[in-house]
Amino acid sequence: MVLVNGIVVMFLAGGFFFTLVGTIGLLRFPDFYTRLHATGKCDTLGEGLIIVGLMIYHLFHYSETLLVPAKLLFLILFIFIANPTATHAIMKAAYLTGIKPWKLGEERR
Amino acid sequence: MEVGGGEKMKMGGKGFGILLTFCLMFLFWILLSGLFDAFHLISGVICCAIVALISHDLLVKGKGKKILLKSFRLILYIPWELGQIVLANIDVAYRVLHPKMPIDPRIIEFETSLRGDFALVTLANSITLTPGTITISVEPEKGKYWVHAIAKEPADALLVDQTMQKKVADVYMEW
Amino acid sequence: MITVFLVIGLLIIVTILLSLYRAVIGPGVFNRVAAVNVIGTKTIVILVIMGYYFERPYFFDIALLYAMLNFIGTLIFAKYLERGELWS
Repeated sequence: MVLVNGIVVMFLAGGFFFTLVGTIGLLRFPDFYTRLHATGKCDTLGEGLIIVGLMIYHLFHYSETLLVPAKLLFLILFIFIANPTATHAIMKAAYLTGIKPWKLGEERR
Repeated sequence: MEVGGGEKMKMGGKGFGILLTFCLMFLFWILLSGLFDAFHLISGVICCAIVALISHDLLVKGKGKKILLKSFRLILYIPWELGQIVLANIDVAYRVLHPKMPIDPRIIEFETSLRGDFALVTLANSITLTPGTITISVEPEKGKYWVHAIAKEPADALLVDQTMQKKVADVYMEW
Repeated sequence: MITVFLVIGLLIIVTILLSLYRAVIGPGVFNRVAAVNVIGTKTIVILVIMGYYFERPYFFDIALLYAMLNFIGTLIFAKYLERGELWS
């Protein structure tokens, strides 16, 4: 039981680390396109790891209802498809409206 | 005999689409409700049948050649992509937390040999989830992609090596 | 074990407040839309954690529904900003 608790805490901590890195990237990068790089990749994996940790916790503590881990698995699949698509949609709208990308050596926007 | 065989194959394509959509819808019904008594199962069958009859075109276009083989190959492609996702996040974490922030963004464009809907969407999603690149725009007639890359190495991995395009073309058999 | 969930939930709320800074300042409308998408994605995770903390199984359905609403909202916003109108 202690081993399972340790694994769950490890998954939760790893997921929170990637989420924090994504938010720091949102504040620190100099341009709109580079900020989307940080959030589109790190947010998706961070949330995936947190929900996988909670699934493992459920499988070992409440093993009567197996329908809830299936629902959480579907939620993970949906986030892995929907988050990159939303990122791509908003980047395409910005590119076609005329926002210029940032090259090395310019100032922050 | 020849006409009978040809007509049966055409009806098989459309019926196969309806059957696949119905099975997927019923799986979601059971997953989301969790109740297994007779009333809910029968109402599930009726609702899924109506939905599958009306909108089976969205999932399986036309005749749908060799769908089960392509789905099986897609399931084999997913573990490689999960490894690339973890690599991508470690790469972004390195670039964010480094004190000097080594980025050098640029926009590149290239052409591929993919033409179907599912193949274009899979490659665009994979490009967004792999280290250093995000898809900006797709042109479906010539298979052209506009991609924003964050440094020189990920852009070269996509332009020069072309490993991801070859893997997606292997899954959907559209060389 | 339950207190670990509470601590992680509070730390994620701290990251929501950090990305609220980008939603307020962010020059132009696109930075703000990206920040709101991030806040929506983090709300889903907080809903699932609260479902385990308060031991109520109905929060997972609400999390699934909110994931779909957030996705559709961002897509409609991007479509409006690209064309200037929704229906033509």
